[in-house]
Amino acid sequence: MAEKVYAGKTVSVTDDGYLTDPNQWTKEIAIEIAKEEGIELTDKHFAVIEYIREKTLKGEALTIRTIGKSGMVDTKGFYELFPGAPLKKASRIAGIAKPSSCV
Amino acid sequence: MKKIVILGAGTGGTIMANKLRKVLERDEWSITVVDKEPNHYYQPGFLFIPFGIYNKHDVVKPKASFIPAGVKFIINEIDRVEPDKNTVYLTNGQILEYDFLIVATGTHIKPAETPGLVGREWRKSIFDFYTHEGAVALQTFLKTWEGGDMVINIAELPFKCPVAPLEFAFLADEFFVKKGIRDKVNIYYTTPLSGAFTKPKSSKMLGELLQEKNIHIIPDFYLERVDDENKKIISYDGREVKFDLLTIIPVNMGADWVARSGMGDDMNYIATDKYTLRSEKWENIFVLGDASNIPTSKAGSVVHFASDVLFDNLIAAIEGRPLIAKFDGHSNCYIETGFGKGSLIDFNYETEPLPGTYPLPGIGPFGLLKNTRINHYGKVMFRWIYWHLLLKGKELPLESQMTMAGKEL
Repeated sequence: MAEKVYAGKTVSVTDDGYLTDPNQWTKEIAIEIAKEEGIELTDKHFAVIEYIREKTLKGEALTIRTIGKSGMVDTKGFYELFPGAPLKKASRIAGIAKPSSCV
Repeated sequence: MKKIVILGAGTGGTIMANKLRKVLERDEWSITVVDKEPNHYYQPGFLFIPFGIYNKHDVVKPKASFIPAGVKFIINEIDRVEPDKNTVYLTNGQILEYDFLIVATGTHIKPAETPGLVGREWRKSIFDFYTHEGAVALQTFLKTWEGGDMVINIAELPFKCPVAPLEFAFLADEFFVKKGIRDKVNIYYTTPLSGAFTKPKSSKMLGELLQEKNIHIIPDFYLERVDDENKKIISYDGREVKFDLLTIIPVNMGADWVARSGMGDDMNYIATDKYTLRSEKWENIFVLGDASNIPTSKAGSVVHFASDVLFDNLIAAIEGRPLIAKFDGHSNCYIETGFGKGSLIDFNYETEPLPGTYPLPGIGPFGLLKNTRINHYGKVMFRWIYWHLLLKGKELPLESQMTMAGKEL
């Protein structure tokens, strides 16, 4: 575990850069993490991020498929917003834990 | 007379029928098992059929021969369950009421979920090996195939037996080497995971094995559709992989009746307490194995270990005691790696697969995350254990709970 400063705030992060406490998250932090991922956040991004935060903090395990069926964004759109590995990138920007696929 | 209904006579349902009939008085408790299929398939054996190591009759026996005396066995499709009425409706109009329900209807491939998959190339140059028919069709195809690009794809997570596609890749490599056409075959392993497997240590070990065998891994590949006209698979981010032979693990989903009953999530898995194995919503419903949404592998070994916990908790519920048995997510998988060798992983909710020895610490005989001959024999012997001991609910010399003894951190 390490500490990192985003938007003037010190937060603790895992080795691969995920916030360890979702309560430390702010929109400003999200913008800076997104920059590290090469993404400029738009309102559409934030809508998806808020959705992911809400569901995850309620204890639901999300997959790319569930997000694609959520009505928020379809799977293709999700990939366009967060290219390459959308759920991993979106989770990191949303300040929640790295999605773990069960073995 | 009180009633237990078990839905599904696969590994889990059969084990539970055997365990429960032994302890519940016959004049107090009736036990009924329902399954739509008369045949019991030894599913770990499907892997070997494409390569002619097993043939189609080696993995099939009638389900009825594993259901104990004193248990009613109905072969019919389930229409739906109305959990608030404690009632199961079958498609033939039969109605079953229950005091306790055990759901063990597993997970199944749904090729139609992927556009273009079930088209003119299905079972011509596109195969699955998760069904008896698919594995047999692939065996026929491979007998005369002269080489080209073989693509292995995992369409969606989670899927049953997460090591099977890796084993398939390793065995295919051996098959083509022995056939003398390995230089004419390119093997591509496309997966939505970021590496060969999920957790760091096993992913590294298995990734290196893939590399050693010249199997090209294409990670983070999330399948959108199959273009069967041009024979390529396309991911959501627009990457294309051409194939001459596609072996796919299609989208896996829980049983259709779960959807018809409104009891599952969007993959038809039922929300289940991962420790007690009781439904999160209904106190008299327990869910065993692949049908549940518990965060561990969908695999027979998990079902086997979980059945001990489910049994203890169901008896506790019957007797009105608190459910104190806790499932730890224990999973144990042999991994065929080709050329008569195998590996083994052992893990649970908290602990990733680690190197070491199993089941006896320091002795083995099996090596965890090691590539050995004895591991391969473990897998070979397992088929006998499955038919003769495991399904009948007999004690095996293995602990349900995972142990750290014998593991190296």
